[in-house]
Amino acid sequence: MRINMIANKVGMTQIFNEEGNVVPVTVIKVEPCSVVSKKTDEKDGYNALVLGFYNIKENKLRKSESGLFKKSNLTPKKNLKESRVLKEELDKFEIGQEIGIDIFKKDDWIDITGKSKGRGFSGVMKRYGMAGAKRSHGTHEYFRHGGSIGASAYPAHVFKGKKMPGRYGGTRVKIQNISIAAINPDKNILLVKGAVPGPNGGYITVSHAVKKHAVKV
Amino acid sequence: MNIVNEIEKEYIKYEDIPFKAGDLVRVHVKIVEGKRERIQVFEGYVIAIKNSGNRKTFRVRRESYGIGVERVFPLNSPRIEKIEVVRRGKVRRAKLYYLRQRVGKAAQVKQRLK
Repeated sequence: MRINMIANKVGMTQIFNEEGNVVPVTVIKVEPCSVVSKKTDEKDGYNALVLGFYNIKENKLRKSESGLFKKSNLTPKKNLKESRVLKEELDKFEIGQEIGIDIFKKDDWIDITGKSKGRGFSGVMKRYGMAGAKRSHGTHEYFRHGGSIGASAYPAHVFKGKKMPGRYGGTRVKIQNISIAAINPDKNILLVKGAVPGPNGGYITVSHAVKKHAVKV
Repeated sequence: MNIVNEIEKEYIKYEDIPFKAGDLVRVHVKIVEGKRERIQVFEGYVIAIKNSGNRKTFRVRRESYGIGVERVFPLNSPRIEKIEVVRRGKVRRAKLYYLRQRVGKAAQVKQRLK
């Protein structure tokens, strides 16, 4: 079973592992969520758990979602997220049940989805890592350009998909197969090895890795 | 205190660093060779202390067979067994990168006498 948890990126630091090596880590706060409702095959065409994250006041709730919480008699939640599960697994959960950080263990492989930092309208050096132009030998007004964009009479147009300046960042990015370096269940803190998309304080989604856990976790 | 500082705090070995830039130190480093573990001593002048929290590092410079050798150690690394201060140095700045331009006797730091 693979549960998608909404979490919060806190920031980066480094820790020492058992061998005494330095490991760069991202600190992630995974607060417990609760099962708000279930989607079933008979009614909705698929089986899924609907999880609610972060408590909010009732008056902050969307009207369209308020019925959901009234029916289950739960405290209103800010975000809802579905996790597809098998039918047998669906029965193991009750509405209102809490799911917390304890679904993760140290050294588990996880995938993280986030929204990358928006970089606005960027040039090709930043956006695609192009080398730019020579700074010397008489170069003027041509330093951060991408060079030629194609030939002349043939093909007589610029190919589609040519890498050019434009909006960069602010898109959904998924990082696959990163490992959990340490875990602190008391503080709801996950330390994952390496970087994670998005700014500090941004929302991310954490789940077990699709490619590493062939058997359902 | 924010969460990142709190996590870093668990790894901090030294609240106050027992040495300063200019001090002559002997760093006892654990070295793992296959399954065997031994301790190697690196002796030299501390020429810089950088960063904060558990990321704090210090740079030790020594001359070995006429060649300057510098090593950066994470202060809070579990691989560091012990740091001995051999001699206190009398210096006027925090970063002693000027020692790199000097050789022989000129590359020494005067002793600080209390």
